[in-house]
Amino acid sequence: MVRVVVDVMPKPEILDPQGKAVAGALARLGVEGVASVRQGKRFEIEVEVAEGASVDERTAEVERMAATLLANPVIEDYRVSVLADAAGRTHGTDGTDGTDA
Amino acid sequence: MRVGVVTFPGSLDDVDAQRACRLAGHDVLALWHGEPSLAGVDAVVLPGGFSYGDYLRCGAISRFSPVMGAVVDAARDGMPVLGICNGFQILCESHLLPGALVRNHHQRFVCRDQRLRIDNATTPWTASYEQGQEVVVPLKNGEGSYVADAATLDELEAEGRVVARYVGADPNGSLRAIAGVTNAAGNVVGLMPHPEHAVEDLCGPGTDGLGFFTSLTALAAAL
Repeated sequence: MVRVVVDVMPKPEILDPQGKAVAGALARLGVEGVASVRQGKRFEIEVEVAEGASVDERTAEVERMAATLLANPVIEDYRVSVLADAAGRTHGTDGTDGTDA
Repeated sequence: MRVGVVTFPGSLDDVDAQRACRLAGHDVLALWHGEPSLAGVDAVVLPGGFSYGDYLRCGAISRFSPVMGAVVDAARDGMPVLGICNGFQILCESHLLPGALVRNHHQRFVCRDQRLRIDNATTPWTASYEQGQEVVVPLKNGEGSYVADAATLDELEAEGRVVARYVGADPNGSLRAIAGVTNAAGNVVGLMPHPEHAVEDLCGPGTDGLGFFTSLTALAAAL
């Protein structure tokens, strides 16, 4: 089993009214120095990896899932990263909380 | 003509769309999202609402419902398809129409009678109007801001594929005031405002919306 994370963010050129609303609320909370907020989505997907199968193959499938359903490439960018495999080893660039697998 | 109106879980305006089609003189068949067939209809309406609760993104999950496979195939073969509001979002998610619909720039739901200008009166859904005619129909959406990259917008403009534009104050932040677009072939139309709520004098702002539904026969008669 591997845990794969898909981070989805609105493209930089797309107006993000929700992020703007959060930034406004932070200012009302008295937080200073928040230049901007962008709001996105994070999907944590547990993928079964059959004996002898490669993690990369399964990750490629998550990539396909991200491009067809999880994100709309017209308005959103996405990033796929493998958090940790069953042995707790971290992969990819986003391994900060991989040890809890 | 025989018009199918699809009901998804969470559709709200399917019965209004059916009624509008009947008032326009069509036979109406209710289509169910779970059936992979269009039962021989001549045209399809995807109605407004909040299909699948707008989970993930508006229209993103509906796109993969069994009926949409049949709608996409029929649309590619030239069948007239009209998506209203949530239906427009589904057509964009299905890649039958370019661009996407995102949250209104002012972050609030908008519900008002909206003036539109018909900028393309040649489609099977707008042929009853005059080019440039202004109509008033209800607009009600939370995620109705039409966006696409500049190249796509320029292409839509150059090919006359902007079907309707908002007139007056900007209701939702749509780029170039776009309220509706059509595909390259001209048979698929997506429209954020709701013509099906403006087909009788008793309720709504008038009967300006009826033309969207009579256009099917107007175009057939002109051929």
